[in-house]
Amino acid sequence: MTSIRFNSAACDLCQQCVEKCPFGALSIGAEGMSINEKCRMCGVCVKTCPHRAITFEQTPSRDGAVKDQWKGILVYAEQEAGALHPVTFELIGEARRLAAKVGYDVYAVLVGGEGTAANAEKLLPYGVKEVFVYEHPGFTGFKADCYADAMADCISQLRPSVVLIGATALGRSLAPRLSVRFHTGLTADCTKLDMRPSTDLVQIRPAFGGNVMAQILITDARPQFATVRYRVMDRAAKVPDPTGKVTRMPVTDAMARSGIEVLELRQLVREKSIEEEDILVVAGRGAKNEEGVALCRRLAEALGGQLCFTRPMAESGLGDPSHQIGLSGRTVRSKLIITCGVSGAIQFAAGMNGSDCIVAINTDPEALIFNIASYCIVDDLFTVVPALLERLSAAEKEGE
Amino acid sequence: MKILVCMKQVPATSQVEVDPETGSLKRLGTDTRTNPYDLSALETALRLREQLGGTVTVLTMGPAQAESMMRDAYMMGADDAVILSDRKFAGSDVLATSYTLSQGVRLLGGADLILCGRQTTDGDTAQIGPALAEHLGIPHAAWVSEITSADEKGIEVVQNLASVEQRSRLNWPCLLTVELNSVVPRLPSYRLKRETADRPIRIVGFDELPERNLSLCGLVGSPTRVEKMFPPAAKAKNVHLEGGPEQEADALVAILREKKLLETEVRA
Repeated sequence: MTSIRFNSAACDLCQQCVEKCPFGALSIGAEGMSINEKCRMCGVCVKTCPHRAITFEQTPSRDGAVKDQWKGILVYAEQEAGALHPVTFELIGEARRLAAKVGYDVYAVLVGGEGTAANAEKLLPYGVKEVFVYEHPGFTGFKADCYADAMADCISQLRPSVVLIGATALGRSLAPRLSVRFHTGLTADCTKLDMRPSTDLVQIRPAFGGNVMAQILITDARPQFATVRYRVMDRAAKVPDPTGKVTRMPVTDAMARSGIEVLELRQLVREKSIEEEDILVVAGRGAKNEEGVALCRRLAEALGGQLCFTRPMAESGLGDPSHQIGLSGRTVRSKLIITCGVSGAIQFAAGMNGSDCIVAINTDPEALIFNIASYCIVDDLFTVVPALLERLSAAEKEGE
Repeated sequence: MKILVCMKQVPATSQVEVDPETGSLKRLGTDTRTNPYDLSALETALRLREQLGGTVTVLTMGPAQAESMMRDAYMMGADDAVILSDRKFAGSDVLATSYTLSQGVRLLGGADLILCGRQTTDGDTAQIGPALAEHLGIPHAAWVSEITSADEKGIEVVQNLASVEQRSRLNWPCLLTVELNSVVPRLPSYRLKRETADRPIRIVGFDELPERNLSLCGLVGSPTRVEKMFPPAAKAKNVHLEGGPEQEADALVAILREKKLLETEVRA
């Protein structure tokens, strides 16, 4: 159970807390600060107090009493340039799978400027019970401090057992503030989740650069925060009879007040990222030189996909580092990935082994890549790829 | 202008294996290095000091061996170095680490600007910076790729948030986490090495922290528990296509066609 503790010795009666409280729940009298029933435990006062006279106090409980008071799974629905980030649908899919194991419901929350409520409606077909919307012109652009205030407001009212946030640049900036505010645990960049009957969330994430997987639990604190890697979980399917609703939450000007002033938002002009691509061809060290890379590029083009690289290729300058796959590069989950001359070190494999169909072409029959490949071709890419290109161009002519 | 830089000494390599039988780690080398992201944070701090004046203090939590990292920071131009070191801090997760660091910041009387690297190369969480900002109740901007201007009142930064580039202004006090390639860290200077050879490095234990709250530090103050470690799984299906390039290409094209993965089918 969390409560607000007030240390009158530290207070110098500056009244900033009274002023900042979005709900008008604080007053200062002869007895020092008092909190009335309007308090929603949003923590703005805790954050505001320059003397740390106000703190959250978590009464430790090991008998499960805390767990019973926190139910359901809340998904943070990230928006990017006014559109829902695709990781949101993956989080909802995973949340529904986990929720089904313990009879929980799945909720979502959106924070943002104009158009946020319209995006909220788009989540209902995916089986979310209630979508909470914090829309305010002050939420345009990402401001970690006031986004955290809005999320804290939602969490303190809903009291979810689990909060899932995409492990994007935005999510990994927001989640730590929330876990500190609720004095609870947060696991970063999870690649696998499970739910125990005790409602403890099993969080699995790569550690030591992906050489080891760590299984992490938060057994004595709620809510359980996890950021989840994009393109790892399966997208939610639509449900036949969606019954969810969108609830607009009141946003006070105080809640939208931020120490961050957004001066400019610029949409980066970019092609489809390799994470979004359905078909990928990877050139590894076996592609040797520019000629080999060009062959692989032609194969990618013939298949209508993009060319990617392993780390050695990116480092040698033959490959574009922004198209590097692996733990130190991108994680992809394409429908088809054809690796050419890739040995398949575990750091590379971890960045692509979620792909549906893995084809490996390598002259070395012992190459690790063959352990994870769906289809293995132990042969030279300099002869196989041209043979493939021939057939693909023939197929295209047929199609015309 | 008072600038604090949070740094961490990390293992020099992430090559580590797990014994699949016992689940215990087969040891990492004992070589250490400074987390490369933190060098960018320190460089950013030094450049801001050149522009605005003031001091740069480096703060870390870790064993006393971190002293070698602090010596390097002095050689790059840091003014002061503080190591939070106590057995009571052992086993800290993000919450406890960021709390302990926030206590260190308070002990030093706060700062106008706190700089962190975007992430470490051993933990990879990218969470300590934002968590520290929350403990201190100050705004933060994470994943900063560029600082466009800074003055007595605040700072203008550029952040890359996936497909959007955001330019924002934050007033002091605030916290930034910076990208690895946002600046090129300077090399340690021999002149500074000689000048700072006798400069002390302050080591702060639990008893010196302002709040001395044991329930928030170390393993006790860490809500997350690592239940086990295991090696990443390899999944295998392994259908071999054989018979020379021509047959192999035929077989693969047939498979791709069947799976509707050829572009002609995808387009249709």
